[in-house]
Amino acid sequence: MVERISPLGEAFRPGTYGNLAEGPGVTLTEATPVTIAEAAAWPGSAVALSGAIETVTGLSLPAAPGAGVVGGGAVAFSIGPGRYLVAGAEGLSTKLQAAISLDMGTVTDLSHGRAALRIAGPRAEWVLSKLFALDFSPAAFPVGEGRATAHHDIFAQIQRTGGEQFDIYVFRSFARAFWQELCAAAEETGYEVR
Amino acid sequence: MLIPCPHCGPRDVSEFSYQGDATRTRPDPASTDVKAWHDYVYNRSNPAGRHSEYWQHAGGCRTHLLVTRDTLTHEIQAVAFARAALNEGAGKP
Repeated sequence: MVERISPLGEAFRPGTYGNLAEGPGVTLTEATPVTIAEAAAWPGSAVALSGAIETVTGLSLPAAPGAGVVGGGAVAFSIGPGRYLVAGAEGLSTKLQAAISLDMGTVTDLSHGRAALRIAGPRAEWVLSKLFALDFSPAAFPVGEGRATAHHDIFAQIQRTGGEQFDIYVFRSFARAFWQELCAAAEETGYEVR
Repeated sequence: MLIPCPHCGPRDVSEFSYQGDATRTRPDPASTDVKAWHDYVYNRSNPAGRHSEYWQHAGGCRTHLLVTRDTLTHEIQAVAFARAALNEGAGKP
Protein backbone atom coordinates (compact mmCIF):
# COMPACT_ATOMS: atom_id res chain seq x y z
CA MET A 1 0.00 0.00 0.00
CA VAL A 2 1.17 3.50 -0.82
CA GLU A 3 2.10 5.35 2.34
CA ARG A 4 -0.06 8.38 2.96
CA ILE A 5 1.46 11.74 3.84
CA SER A 6 -0.22 13.62 6.69
CA PRO A 7 -2.32 16.51 5.37
CA LEU A 8 -1.24 18.60 8.38
CA GLY A 9 2.26 19.15 7.00
CA GLU A 10 4.27 21.83 8.78
CA ALA A 11 1.24 22.78 10.88
CA PHE A 12 1.84 19.63 12.93
CA ARG A 13 4.41 20.72 15.53
CA PRO A 14 4.80 18.35 18.49
CA GLY A 15 5.19 20.13 21.81
CA THR A 16 3.19 22.03 24.39
CA TYR A 17 1.59 25.41 23.65
CA GLY A 18 -0.76 28.04 24.99
CA ASN A 19 -1.76 28.65 28.58
CA LEU A 20 0.06 25.96 30.52
CA ALA A 21 -0.66 27.40 34.00
CA GLU A 22 -2.63 24.24 34.86
CA GLY A 23 -0.83 21.97 32.40
CA PRO A 24 -2.17 21.20 28.96
CA GLY A 25 -5.96 20.86 29.09
CA VAL A 26 -6.12 18.83 25.90
CA THR A 27 -3.92 16.68 23.73
CA LEU A 28 -4.21 17.00 19.96
CA THR A 29 -3.13 14.18 17.67
CA GLU A 30 -3.78 13.01 14.16
CA ALA A 31 -5.62 9.69 14.40
CA THR A 32 -6.47 8.93 10.79
CA PRO A 33 -7.24 5.21 10.54
CA VAL A 34 -5.82 3.15 7.68
CA THR A 35 -9.30 2.68 6.21
CA ILE A 36 -12.25 5.06 6.30
CA ALA A 37 -15.39 4.06 4.40
CA GLU A 38 -18.95 5.24 4.15
CA ALA A 39 -21.65 2.59 3.86
CA ALA A 40 -25.09 3.75 2.72
CA ALA A 41 -28.26 1.69 2.40
CA TRP A 42 -30.86 1.93 -0.33
CA PRO A 43 -34.37 2.68 0.98
CA GLY A 44 -35.61 -0.24 3.07
CA SER A 45 -32.18 -1.87 3.48
CA ALA A 46 -30.89 -0.03 6.54
CA VAL A 47 -31.28 -3.00 8.89
CA ALA A 48 -29.57 -5.38 6.46
CA LEU A 49 -26.74 -2.90 5.96
CA SER A 50 -26.04 -2.41 9.66
CA GLY A 51 -26.11 -6.21 10.01
CA ALA A 52 -23.48 -6.52 7.28
CA ILE A 53 -21.29 -3.93 9.02
CA GLU A 54 -21.64 -5.89 12.26
CA THR A 55 -20.63 -9.11 10.51
CA VAL A 56 -17.55 -7.56 8.92
CA THR A 57 -16.32 -5.56 11.92
CA GLY A 58 -17.51 -7.81 14.76
CA LEU A 59 -19.07 -4.76 16.41
CA SER A 60 -22.59 -4.53 17.80
CA LEU A 61 -24.18 -1.47 16.17
CA PRO A 62 -27.28 0.01 17.85
CA ALA A 63 -30.03 1.17 15.47
CA ALA A 64 -30.79 4.58 17.01
CA PRO A 65 -29.95 7.78 15.09
CA GLY A 66 -26.44 8.99 15.93
CA ALA A 67 -25.57 5.64 17.49
CA GLY A 68 -22.12 4.16 17.15
CA VAL A 69 -19.59 1.83 18.66
CA VAL A 70 -15.88 1.82 19.35
CA GLY A 71 -14.14 -1.54 19.12
CA GLY A 72 -10.59 -2.75 19.28
CA GLY A 73 -10.10 -3.10 15.53
CA ALA A 74 -12.77 -0.83 14.08
CA VAL A 75 -15.20 1.98 14.82
CA ALA A 76 -18.57 2.74 13.25
CA PHE A 77 -21.17 5.43 13.76
CA SER A 78 -24.35 6.67 12.16
CA ILE A 79 -24.01 9.83 10.05
CA GLY A 80 -27.53 9.88 8.63
CA PRO A 81 -30.54 7.60 8.17
CA GLY A 82 -29.15 4.33 6.79
CA ARG A 83 -25.63 5.77 6.49
CA TYR A 84 -22.57 4.86 8.54
CA LEU A 85 -18.95 5.90 8.73
CA VAL A 86 -16.82 2.81 9.33
CA ALA A 87 -13.09 3.01 10.03
CA GLY A 88 -10.47 0.42 10.80
CA ALA A 89 -7.62 -1.62 9.46
CA GLU A 90 -6.33 -2.25 5.98
CA GLY A 91 -8.73 -4.19 3.77
CA LEU A 92 -11.89 -3.09 5.61
CA SER A 93 -13.40 -1.43 2.51
CA THR A 94 -12.91 -4.56 0.42
CA LYS A 95 -14.55 -6.69 3.10
CA LEU A 96 -17.48 -4.26 3.37
CA GLN A 97 -17.89 -4.19 -0.40
CA ALA A 98 -17.99 -7.97 -0.44
CA ALA A 99 -20.58 -8.12 2.36
CA ILE A 100 -22.82 -5.33 1.09
CA SER A 101 -24.37 -6.34 -2.21
CA LEU A 102 -25.28 -3.73 -4.81
CA ASP A 103 -28.98 -4.20 -4.15
CA MET A 104 -28.47 -3.54 -0.42
CA GLY A 105 -26.40 -0.38 -0.57
CA THR A 106 -23.08 1.18 -1.47
CA VAL A 107 -19.64 1.34 0.10
CA THR A 108 -17.39 4.28 -0.70
CA ASP A 109 -13.76 4.15 0.34
CA LEU A 110 -12.80 7.54 1.80
CA SER A 111 -9.39 6.58 3.21
CA HIS A 112 -7.62 9.16 1.06
CA GLY A 113 -10.37 11.76 1.34
CA ARG A 114 -10.74 12.20 5.09
CA ALA A 115 -8.45 12.90 8.02
CA ALA A 116 -9.28 12.17 11.64
CA LEU A 117 -8.09 14.64 14.26
CA ARG A 118 -8.22 13.52 17.87
CA ILE A 119 -8.78 15.77 20.84
CA ALA A 120 -8.44 14.22 24.28
CA GLY A 121 -8.21 15.50 27.81
CA PRO A 122 -10.22 17.07 30.62
CA ARG A 123 -11.01 20.23 28.61
CA ALA A 124 -11.87 18.51 25.30
CA GLU A 125 -15.62 19.12 25.71
CA TRP A 126 -14.97 22.78 26.51
CA VAL A 127 -12.74 23.34 23.48
CA LEU A 128 -15.15 21.59 21.08
CA SER A 129 -18.07 23.60 22.47
CA LYS A 130 -16.30 26.71 21.19
CA LEU A 131 -16.34 25.32 17.65
CA PHE A 132 -19.62 23.43 17.32
CA ALA A 133 -23.18 24.19 18.46
CA LEU A 134 -23.60 20.73 19.96
CA ASP A 135 -24.05 19.38 23.47
CA PHE A 136 -20.80 17.51 24.22
CA SER A 137 -21.74 16.43 27.76
CA PRO A 138 -21.48 12.67 28.35
CA ALA A 139 -25.24 12.43 28.97
CA ALA A 140 -26.12 13.96 25.59
CA PHE A 141 -23.17 12.53 23.67
CA PRO A 142 -22.16 9.13 25.10
CA VAL A 143 -19.07 7.15 24.14
CA GLY A 144 -19.38 5.58 20.69
CA GLU A 145 -22.04 7.95 19.35
CA GLY A 146 -21.44 10.12 16.32
CA ARG A 147 -22.65 13.52 15.11
CA ALA A 148 -22.53 15.01 11.63
CA THR A 149 -22.16 18.77 11.80
CA ALA A 150 -20.15 21.63 10.34
CA HIS A 151 -17.80 24.32 11.59
CA HIS A 152 -18.56 27.25 9.32
CA ASP A 153 -18.24 25.48 5.97
CA ILE A 154 -15.95 22.69 7.16
CA PHE A 155 -18.06 19.56 7.32
CA ALA A 156 -17.18 17.45 10.35
CA GLN A 157 -18.23 14.03 11.57
CA ILE A 158 -17.46 13.61 15.24
CA GLN A 159 -17.35 10.42 17.27
CA ARG A 160 -16.81 10.23 21.01
CA THR A 161 -14.18 7.50 21.23
CA GLY A 162 -13.52 7.74 24.95
CA GLY A 163 -14.67 9.40 28.15
CA GLU A 164 -12.64 12.53 27.37
CA GLN A 165 -11.77 11.84 23.76
CA PHE A 166 -13.31 12.75 20.40
CA ASP A 167 -12.25 11.91 16.83
CA ILE A 168 -13.20 14.54 14.27
CA TYR A 169 -13.34 13.41 10.64
CA VAL A 170 -12.89 16.29 8.19
CA PHE A 171 -12.22 16.50 4.49
CA ARG A 172 -8.51 15.95 3.98
CA SER A 173 -8.11 19.19 2.04
CA PHE A 174 -9.56 21.13 5.00
CA ALA A 175 -7.63 19.19 7.64
CA ARG A 176 -4.74 21.65 7.98
CA ALA A 177 -7.03 24.67 8.26
CA PHE A 178 -9.21 22.90 10.79
CA TRP A 179 -6.18 21.70 12.75
CA GLN A 180 -4.96 25.29 13.07
CA GLU A 181 -8.45 26.33 14.18
CA LEU A 182 -8.42 23.55 16.78
CA CYS A 183 -4.99 24.68 18.04
CA ALA A 184 -6.20 28.29 18.27
CA ALA A 185 -9.30 27.20 20.21
CA ALA A 186 -7.11 25.21 22.63
CA GLU A 187 -4.70 28.10 23.38
CA GLU A 188 -6.89 29.07 26.33
CA THR A 189 -6.66 25.66 28.02
CA GLY A 190 -3.11 24.89 26.90
CA TYR A 191 -2.50 21.95 24.58
CA GLU A 192 -0.01 19.30 23.76
CA VAL A 193 0.55 18.14 20.20
CA ARG A 194 1.88 14.64 19.80
CA MET B 1 -33.62 29.69 14.69
CA LEU B 2 -33.33 25.97 15.45
CA ILE B 3 -34.69 23.21 13.24
CA PRO B 4 -35.24 19.91 15.09
CA CYS B 5 -33.86 17.43 12.56
CA PRO B 6 -35.55 14.03 13.00
CA HIS B 7 -32.15 12.32 12.81
CA CYS B 8 -29.77 14.78 14.48
CA GLY B 9 -31.97 16.63 16.96
CA PRO B 10 -32.19 20.44 17.22
CA ARG B 11 -29.55 22.18 15.10
CA ASP B 12 -28.81 25.77 14.16
CA VAL B 13 -30.38 27.01 10.94
CA SER B 14 -26.90 27.68 9.51
CA GLU B 15 -26.50 23.90 9.01
CA PHE B 16 -29.56 23.81 6.76
CA SER B 17 -30.15 24.99 3.22
CA TYR B 18 -33.54 26.05 1.96
CA GLN B 19 -34.85 23.90 -0.87
CA GLY B 20 -38.03 25.71 -1.77
CA ASP B 21 -41.78 25.73 -1.46
CA ALA B 22 -43.19 22.26 -0.73
CA THR B 23 -46.74 23.12 -1.77
CA ARG B 24 -46.10 23.09 -5.52
CA THR B 25 -47.14 20.17 -7.71
CA ARG B 26 -45.17 19.54 -10.87
CA PRO B 27 -47.39 19.32 -13.97
CA ASP B 28 -47.33 16.14 -16.03
CA PRO B 29 -43.97 16.33 -17.92
CA ALA B 30 -45.86 15.64 -21.17
CA SER B 31 -48.14 18.60 -20.57
CA THR B 32 -47.88 21.63 -22.85
CA ASP B 33 -50.18 23.78 -20.70
CA VAL B 34 -48.16 26.99 -20.61
CA LYS B 35 -50.12 28.50 -17.74
CA ALA B 36 -49.66 25.40 -15.55
CA TRP B 37 -45.90 25.39 -16.17
CA HIS B 38 -45.64 29.15 -15.65
CA ASP B 39 -47.43 28.82 -12.30
CA TYR B 40 -45.21 25.91 -11.28
CA VAL B 41 -41.95 27.64 -12.15
CA TYR B 42 -42.66 31.26 -11.18
CA ASN B 43 -45.75 31.79 -9.06
CA ARG B 44 -45.57 31.49 -5.28
CA SER B 45 -48.33 32.24 -2.80
CA ASN B 46 -46.02 33.97 -0.21
CA PRO B 47 -48.25 33.34 2.82
CA ALA B 48 -47.92 35.35 6.04
CA GLY B 49 -48.11 32.49 8.53
CA ARG B 50 -48.03 28.73 8.24
CA HIS B 51 -45.94 27.54 5.32
CA SER B 52 -44.76 24.15 4.10
CA GLU B 53 -41.22 24.06 2.73
CA TYR B 54 -38.29 21.78 1.95
CA TRP B 55 -34.98 22.15 3.79
CA GLN B 56 -31.85 20.04 3.49
CA HIS B 57 -29.69 19.34 6.53
CA ALA B 58 -26.68 20.01 4.31
CA GLY B 59 -24.26 20.53 7.21
CA GLY B 60 -25.35 17.38 9.03
CA CYS B 61 -27.05 14.14 8.03
CA ARG B 62 -27.74 15.53 4.52
CA THR B 63 -31.37 14.38 4.41
CA HIS B 64 -34.12 16.48 2.89
CA LEU B 65 -36.80 17.57 5.34
CA LEU B 66 -40.38 18.71 5.05
CA VAL B 67 -40.69 21.63 7.47
CA THR B 68 -43.84 23.49 8.50
CA ARG B 69 -42.76 26.99 9.51
CA ASP B 70 -44.61 30.14 10.48
CA THR B 71 -43.22 32.85 8.21
CA LEU B 72 -44.18 35.59 10.69
CA THR B 73 -42.64 34.15 13.86
CA HIS B 74 -40.19 31.57 12.39
CA GLU B 75 -41.73 29.01 14.73
CA ILE B 76 -41.08 25.50 13.43
CA GLN B 77 -44.39 23.68 13.78
CA ALA B 78 -43.50 20.29 12.31
CA VAL B 79 -40.50 18.52 10.80
CA ALA B 80 -40.44 15.20 8.96
CA PHE B 81 -38.15 13.47 6.50
CA ALA B 82 -39.14 14.39 2.93
CA ARG B 83 -38.81 10.70 2.04
CA ALA B 84 -41.93 9.43 3.77
CA ALA B 85 -40.64 5.90 4.44
CA LEU B 86 -37.88 7.26 6.70
CA ASN B 87 -40.42 8.67 9.14
CA GLU B 88 -41.37 5.22 10.40
CA GLY B 89 -39.18 4.46 13.38
CA ALA B 90 -37.50 7.88 13.37
CA GLY B 91 -36.23 9.16 16.68
CA LYS B 92 -33.80 11.66 18.03
CA PRO B 93 -30.32 10.66 19.16
